[in-house]
Amino acid sequence: MISYIPEQFKVNFSDKCIKCLACVKQCSFGALSYDEEDNTIYSTDKNCVACHRCVTLCPTKAISITKNPLAYRHNNYWKPETVENIYKQAETGGILLTGSGNDQEWPSYFDRLLFDASQVTNPSIDPIREPMELRTYLGEKPSELKVTRKDGKLVISTKYKPQVKLETPIMFGAMSLGAVSLNLHRGLARASKEAGTLWNTGEGGLHEELYEFGDNTTVQVASGRYGVNHRYLNAGRVVEIKIGQGAKPGIGGHLPGEKINEDISRTRMIPKGTDALSPAPHHDIYSIEDLAQLVYALKEATHYKKLVSVKIAAVHNVAAIASGIARAGADIVTIDGFRGGTGATPTIIRNHIGIPIELAIAAVDDRLRREGIRNTVSLVASGGIRNSADVAKAIALGADAVYIGTAALLSVGCTLCQKCYTGKCAWGITTTNPELVKRLNPEIAYRRLYNLLRGWSIEIKEMIGAMGLNAIESLRGNRLKLRGVGLSDTELEILGVKPAGR
Amino acid sequence: MAFFPRSTEKQLDGCAVVGIMDTSAKRFNGDDITKAIAVMRDRSNGLGGGFAAYGIYPQHADLYAFHMIYLNTDKRYDVEEYLKKKFYIASSEKIPTRKTKQIVDSPILWRYFLAVENKPAGITEEDYIVETVMEINDKLEGVFVASSGKNMGVFKGVGYPEDLSVFYKLEEYEAYIWTSHGRFPTNTGGWWGGAHPFNILDWSVVHNGEISSYGINQRYLEAYGYKCTLMTDTEVVAYTMDLLMRKHQMPLEAACAVIAAPLWEQIDRMDEKEKDLYTKLRQTYASLLLNGPFSFIITNKDQMIGITDRIRLRPVIGARKGNRTFISTEEAAVRELEPDLDEIWIPRGGEPIVAQLKSARRRAI
Repeated sequence: MISYIPEQFKVNFSDKCIKCLACVKQCSFGALSYDEEDNTIYSTDKNCVACHRCVTLCPTKAISITKNPLAYRHNNYWKPETVENIYKQAETGGILLTGSGNDQEWPSYFDRLLFDASQVTNPSIDPIREPMELRTYLGEKPSELKVTRKDGKLVISTKYKPQVKLETPIMFGAMSLGAVSLNLHRGLARASKEAGTLWNTGEGGLHEELYEFGDNTTVQVASGRYGVNHRYLNAGRVVEIKIGQGAKPGIGGHLPGEKINEDISRTRMIPKGTDALSPAPHHDIYSIEDLAQLVYALKEATHYKKLVSVKIAAVHNVAAIASGIARAGADIVTIDGFRGGTGATPTIIRNHIGIPIELAIAAVDDRLRREGIRNTVSLVASGGIRNSADVAKAIALGADAVYIGTAALLSVGCTLCQKCYTGKCAWGITTTNPELVKRLNPEIAYRRLYNLLRGWSIEIKEMIGAMGLNAIESLRGNRLKLRGVGLSDTELEILGVKPAGR
Repeated sequence: MAFFPRSTEKQLDGCAVVGIMDTSAKRFNGDDITKAIAVMRDRSNGLGGGFAAYGIYPQHADLYAFHMIYLNTDKRYDVEEYLKKKFYIASSEKIPTRKTKQIVDSPILWRYFLAVENKPAGITEEDYIVETVMEINDKLEGVFVASSGKNMGVFKGVGYPEDLSVFYKLEEYEAYIWTSHGRFPTNTGGWWGGAHPFNILDWSVVHNGEISSYGINQRYLEAYGYKCTLMTDTEVVAYTMDLLMRKHQMPLEAACAVIAAPLWEQIDRMDEKEKDLYTKLRQTYASLLLNGPFSFIITNKDQMIGITDRIRLRPVIGARKGNRTFISTEEAAVRELEPDLDEIWIPRGGEPIVAQLKSARRRAI
């Protein structure tokens, strides 16, 4: 039997088309073809993913992409996507894959929180004319500093753990080589260096060429241990143990063999063309005490000079888990919310597992403070940070810094077509196909990524200045600067935020 | 709800502050400080004022003087029972006041002179006092400890400060440090517990300004056992200084570099040793940076310190004449007392004005 899965999009050409065939050449999803005899460009609409590559590059702006108007009888419960997913699975018996973050209509708490501003009783501060500080240090801080006076000078006797300086509290989150292209890594590394922040290798190792950016790099160790060796661990400033990821809590990274070319193979230290399937758990971590052993194994391997971060997905019991991680010796706890992106994940997992980052950060920050151990770790929030206000809100709720991933990809051309897992990314971002990779110019990528960090940083300065603050640490955990709109008492209590009007 | 401490209803202030200290410990009565604060009457609105005075109880110099405000008269016996369990009460009396037209609806004002008894092992006498104050302020509704130091006291209430001076008969007290505050609260009406100065042990603070970083300062201090219950951001200043200088034994200069931290661009220009010092101070106590417009006068039995925020959003001046040091919001208040000063200056943001008792065992500053 044939199950009809309608095309999602239609590609339309206007009479402005000059048959230059740029679109045909650019389409990596096989949606466009040219028939010489008819001198006509034909579209195979079912292949179109609305990545807008052809639309963007068409010199005469002759192309438009529209939603396929094919109508189902309206049903609020059985939505077209639900119905079609059943057809697809009935055909193949497989699981459905997708890329990017959760795109469903779950509430966003960021969108229910509003900031304060100074009026009369305290002056707002103008970042154009006054100093405005975003510098942030990640790492364990002592709960007390012993300062004494010696020969007229102040002297500190407290031993201090290593710290990592960020000039802006925004870092690039983990996106592994293979899942994304080397050109993207080149752009991320350079932009981080320029902006004084960190990028994250993800679980696929660090390409030989990028070791020179070590001072701005977080190297990741995940359950597959791809690309992990002594030199790699010592290459960056932070070693991050990836336990979980917001887009797919409880399962490991999946990179299909098709994406494993020579470069990826060497960096990941696996044979060319083999699937790189990370196990769901780390098979040496079945408990918190096992995690502590890995934390200290990594600290030994890096001579206690690097920070160790532990990244977990935001799940129901996140506060207790984060407390355990802090006690297991980690310097940074990274929490990835359920909106976090990914290169490949089962749709059902992406859409239904995990909790919002806003609630997770608030709960973790509260818990660590109540236990008196908030100073022993830095808290990094990630998963669904869309703009500078989201960054500032995450910080006000208690985070020290944030990771951005999807926003970074958008800045270099991503259109959120969610086909990262196919390896066909027309923008050269989530692909290892050399023909496609070269579409992403690393020089331009670097500049756009840097611009994004710069723009957001200036906006954060404007926002905290408006609140009468001139340093980011006075916003961090300062929930009095937030008010909730349309939230229940329980949600307000978890967020530690008062309702607007009060 | 536990997550909504009452303190989040914080009050905003515009104010006048003034302090006078005689560094030779010569005591003088409340007339001068009253004259000085009265000059700045237009900076207050009659919703709060107060005075702190050091050296006023030489006859009880070794006892903790608890000044209590009973908004709820029924609670006095409960409090006294509670105090009896924890202390030896050497003396208990009504704080003398006079009836005036200006000060109305005054609560019951009482003072106790206490010697520490029944202190559990493993806790310092000071911590025992702090704990007691926190417990009374937090748990007993309508009862507030206005001050808890030795040989000192806080006299505060709702009204203009010069009127409160008459009400409390301050001309009858002699002190070597006086500070005063006139309040201009901008939201809820004034109440007796919320007036300045704020005090814990021998630390007192009068404050002009608004601490915009209050939310995080308060959460940080909570982890060290300080409960901000008096609904004003000035409280965090008192507790911050107590934490840094008493508990963490920090020299004044370092404590000032925490609350009014140098800018990173200033730190970056320092030599390596200084850079390391100031970087660590900022890293460790980032949550105690007091951000927003403020100038305040902090006093303890040996010192009077004036400081303004690091970008100087509120005024403060320092002046000296003989053994006397003055700190004031406006120069006019000081000129009223001493038209001919030895020295008068405006400090930079974050730079403290310090007066130190000459005879005091040198506290490192």
